[in-house]
Amino acid sequence: MKVLLSWLREFAPFGDDAAALGDQLSDLGLTVEEMTVVGEGLEGIVVARVLETRPHPDADRIQLVDVDLGDGEALQICCGAFNMAAGDLVPLATLGTTMTNGMTIERRKMRGEWSNGMLCAADEIGMGTDHDGIMILDPTVEVGAEFAGAMGIEVDVLYDLEVNPNRPDAMSVAGVARDLAARVGVPFAIPEPEVDEVGTLHGRAGIEIVDADLCGRFLVRVLDGVSVGVSPAWLAHRLRSLGMRPINSVVDVSNYVMAELGQPNHTYDLALVPDGLLRARWAAEGEVIETLDGESRALTATDGVIANRDDEVIGIAGVMGGSSTEISGSTSSVLVEMAWWDPMSIARTSSRLGLRSEASMRFERGADPEVVDLAARRFAQLLAETGATLVGDQLDERGDLPARSPIRVRTARVNDLLGTSLSPTDIADLLEPIGFSTSPVEGDHDVVIPSFRFDSVTEIDIIEEVARHHGYANIARTVPKALAGRLSERQQERRQLRQVLLGLGVTEAMPMPFLAPGDLERAGAPAEAVTLSNPLDANESVLRTSLRVGLLKALAFNASHRQKGVRLFEMGKVYLPLGAGSLPSEPEHLAVALAGSDATDAVEVWEVIRESLDCGRGRLVPVEVAGLHPSRTVSVSLGGRVIGFVGEIDPSVLADFGIDERVAWVELDLDALLAQPHGRHRYRPVSRQPSSDIDLAFEVASDVAAGTVSSTIRQASQPLLASLDLFDVYRGDGVAEGARSLAYRLRFQAPDRTLTDDDVADVRQKVIEAVAKAHDARLRG
Amino acid sequence: MIDDLERIESDGRARAAAVTGLNDLRELESALLGKKSDLTALRRRLGDLEPDERKQVGKRLNAVRGELETVLAERRSSFEAEQRRRTLEAERLDLTEHAPGRRRGHLHLVTQTQQRLEDVFVGMGFTVAEGPDVETDWYNFEALNIPAAHPARSMWDTLYVDLGDPETILLRTHTSPVQIRVMDNQEPPVYIVAPGRVYRRDTADASHMPVFHQIEGLVVDRAITFGDLAGTLEAFTTAYFGESIHSRLRPSYFPFTEPSAEYDINCVFCQGEGCRTCGRTGWLELGGCGLVHPKVLEAVGYDPEEWSGFAFGFGIDRLALMRHGVDDLRELFTNDIRFLEQF
Repeated sequence: MKVLLSWLREFAPFGDDAAALGDQLSDLGLTVEEMTVVGEGLEGIVVARVLETRPHPDADRIQLVDVDLGDGEALQICCGAFNMAAGDLVPLATLGTTMTNGMTIERRKMRGEWSNGMLCAADEIGMGTDHDGIMILDPTVEVGAEFAGAMGIEVDVLYDLEVNPNRPDAMSVAGVARDLAARVGVPFAIPEPEVDEVGTLHGRAGIEIVDADLCGRFLVRVLDGVSVGVSPAWLAHRLRSLGMRPINSVVDVSNYVMAELGQPNHTYDLALVPDGLLRARWAAEGEVIETLDGESRALTATDGVIANRDDEVIGIAGVMGGSSTEISGSTSSVLVEMAWWDPMSIARTSSRLGLRSEASMRFERGADPEVVDLAARRFAQLLAETGATLVGDQLDERGDLPARSPIRVRTARVNDLLGTSLSPTDIADLLEPIGFSTSPVEGDHDVVIPSFRFDSVTEIDIIEEVARHHGYANIARTVPKALAGRLSERQQERRQLRQVLLGLGVTEAMPMPFLAPGDLERAGAPAEAVTLSNPLDANESVLRTSLRVGLLKALAFNASHRQKGVRLFEMGKVYLPLGAGSLPSEPEHLAVALAGSDATDAVEVWEVIRESLDCGRGRLVPVEVAGLHPSRTVSVSLGGRVIGFVGEIDPSVLADFGIDERVAWVELDLDALLAQPHGRHRYRPVSRQPSSDIDLAFEVASDVAAGTVSSTIRQASQPLLASLDLFDVYRGDGVAEGARSLAYRLRFQAPDRTLTDDDVADVRQKVIEAVAKAHDARLRG
Repeated sequence: MIDDLERIESDGRARAAAVTGLNDLRELESALLGKKSDLTALRRRLGDLEPDERKQVGKRLNAVRGELETVLAERRSSFEAEQRRRTLEAERLDLTEHAPGRRRGHLHLVTQTQQRLEDVFVGMGFTVAEGPDVETDWYNFEALNIPAAHPARSMWDTLYVDLGDPETILLRTHTSPVQIRVMDNQEPPVYIVAPGRVYRRDTADASHMPVFHQIEGLVVDRAITFGDLAGTLEAFTTAYFGESIHSRLRPSYFPFTEPSAEYDINCVFCQGEGCRTCGRTGWLELGGCGLVHPKVLEAVGYDPEEWSGFAFGFGIDRLALMRHGVDDLRELFTNDIRFLEQF
């Protein structure tokens, strides 16, 4: 929302410190996004009339233009634009003028011809962004006059305000002025439009509210003697400042009234409306209307419409008029409609039809149903400048409007919520200037909310107004007594796991959770996924069920930038559908991808993780699962439940993702893993007794996992085993085909005594027998 | 005998000086001072002398022995030092030859920032709450006083998922649904922050991503005031950004808070002087906040006359960018190792 300081001053006597006023606007919640001084630097620009255009004898891209500055003398100008003709009025920068870009206009020769000034395009004189040719002025302005004066331009300040949805009042110059006047303590008033009424209606027009839930107020007036032409320069200039393009005298007045008072309005050519009768009703399903933009639009029963005497739809209420009653050059009498429409219906219709406009924006926030008659008279007053007259009698009906019964505002409640100590008088003094009328009731107030504050309905809404005008900065800052803050166990464990992985030289990646269709299948991840109904991009339409795709894409991206051996992890949610109507489950996963490493590194990562979590060793069982290397992958089970996989990515998956290194892989379901007992790190007494080491090498078939042999050794050597180390694996001479030698070092120790040779021999024998029996293994000599 | 002693001493000194290694030195020690040495032989003959002479020669003999011991010890220590020098020289390493092996891992910038934020809030007495990314319309909108077809819904471009009836299940557009879930599951008082991922139907550019991160705060207790909100945010601001950075609140609008405010801080780039980043205002807009709307408290069964509260929320990613001078949000999510390893 843009407002000019000069326009604000028509409602309240604001001072000259534009920056200070801007700060006050921001502090009221009407944030000044930009403040600019407009209308400066036009000294030396005058209105000139084109007498004649002639080709330049020596150049194609410039021409010679003779202009008259009102004294009848021809002045030759060289000009690079060709859009003007004899008789046109154009802005001329006279000799000595300094343009806003700093250039000073001097008399000079261009290809041998004198140029005595410069004709200006609109963008060169702050009149918009148009640079397609010289600006052609309204033919009624005075030739030779100072351009600024002739165009109604004064040096002014333009504020561009951010207006929140709960401020329908601030969608108008008057509303902004009211708020600002209250803050700076100057009187505010909307001037009463002075306009003569001529004659009476004599049944030339009529109105009917058919559906009261659609239309809260319907006011129509008739204007005669309308000539559709060019608006006065000052009015066109103000609209231009606000970013609205002047169109014609009627449309411009309509926009001006909307900008000034916040009341959108619509005009009909009275001659094209049978009996001048307008009826407000809901559309019937399937009704069709051709709107002003020439589009044919099908309506639904939730759209509000204006129908004529014959019940034909001639406009979409509050959103866009119909082409059948459009104002044209032959229009002489108009119907002006000032209405209040149900905000929800306007929001629905404008969004459904994709027709969001300055008008619909105001209606859907809730316009002021009580400003309509003033707005109609203001409309007539402005149009009177181009000769129109207002016919007496206004047609005015009311439908359903928001109830406006007084709201009790408790002084204690205000202070309890804001942390202030405002007196009842303070509160009244803050509310009255912005139109909230207060009546004291035993230390509290009954407050009537003004009609221009549709957003405001309850006590808390009014308390917000008190806070706003008291000033947020004037509320003393306090800190509540807090409780004991902490991270949950899971949150601490996440940090712990991250630290462990950092120590292993693994870096955290953060891929997007959105995947392309087919991505999950490519990586062998569960394909049944949650999909987006309205993705911006089909390649980002599937929610991941696994962290695999994201990390593989990240490795591939790095590989394509010649970054090899990249080690990444991700900790995050995956999304597993649980059926229509239910939210998916969102287990937290941890995945580690080590490019250029093999499965043994993956096992090392798992070992470090499990030691850090103290979750037990886990059972590692060779498995073939989609997407992972079929002969280099194990499942990890804890408490009888598979909690993840450790190994390598399947080479064909790597090829598909464009990765030409091995990738060691760990994926863990943290929810499942951390559901198992873990993290106790219970104390085990450290024995200071001497220990004894023995080495044992077994020949074991290759299909027997070393892990199971280790488990057997551990079981057989309890309770004396202090540590077990598989220190050598050997295949070759002296070992049978299809088998390998596993060499272990066992360290024995008792908590309370020195072990005897017999103790050691005894446990050694037990281990050898157990391994032989369980794994058909042979002790090597 | 005195002459013999003089000879032994000068001879011993000469031989000690001529020795070239530890082994020779050991032999010389034995030859000069051992049982079969001339010195020992002389000592044995002392008994044959008159007491006066014995005393004189004995004194001289001890002196010569001491002299020789000192000379030999000096030689020994010099040989040992030389040997140690050679052994260690043989172990010489060029430490600048070291080839870089495994490098340290790096936490993602968003995680680092989130942890810093969590730490500040935990220090202020908050716990850290979490909620699902895929949410129902109720938690994301309705319970937050944003009914269906409310114009305010256009403040969030929502991504919906294909689960059940159209537009009933969505990707949360803010972390605010966690407020509702927490209040649904516990009685006041509530002091939580809720960091997490949020989703908008936005095209990625330098300052927008369809997926980004927010942190939400919620306090509900007896007699919580707007002053408490302003004070808490000010305490957070100075704790997180430093003592020279302060906060301000400006009126704003959110359906789930009233009064609502924008939360600004002094521009951290120009310390409030005014620069390009802050649009010469000296302030950076960080997020939104306000007193919890009574309708939100009612939606979770809290009596708004008994309890009051405040909520606030802001983006995590932008803070990460600001801290390290990264100028494009997308950079955070490329997973380029050359980016990740810088932090």
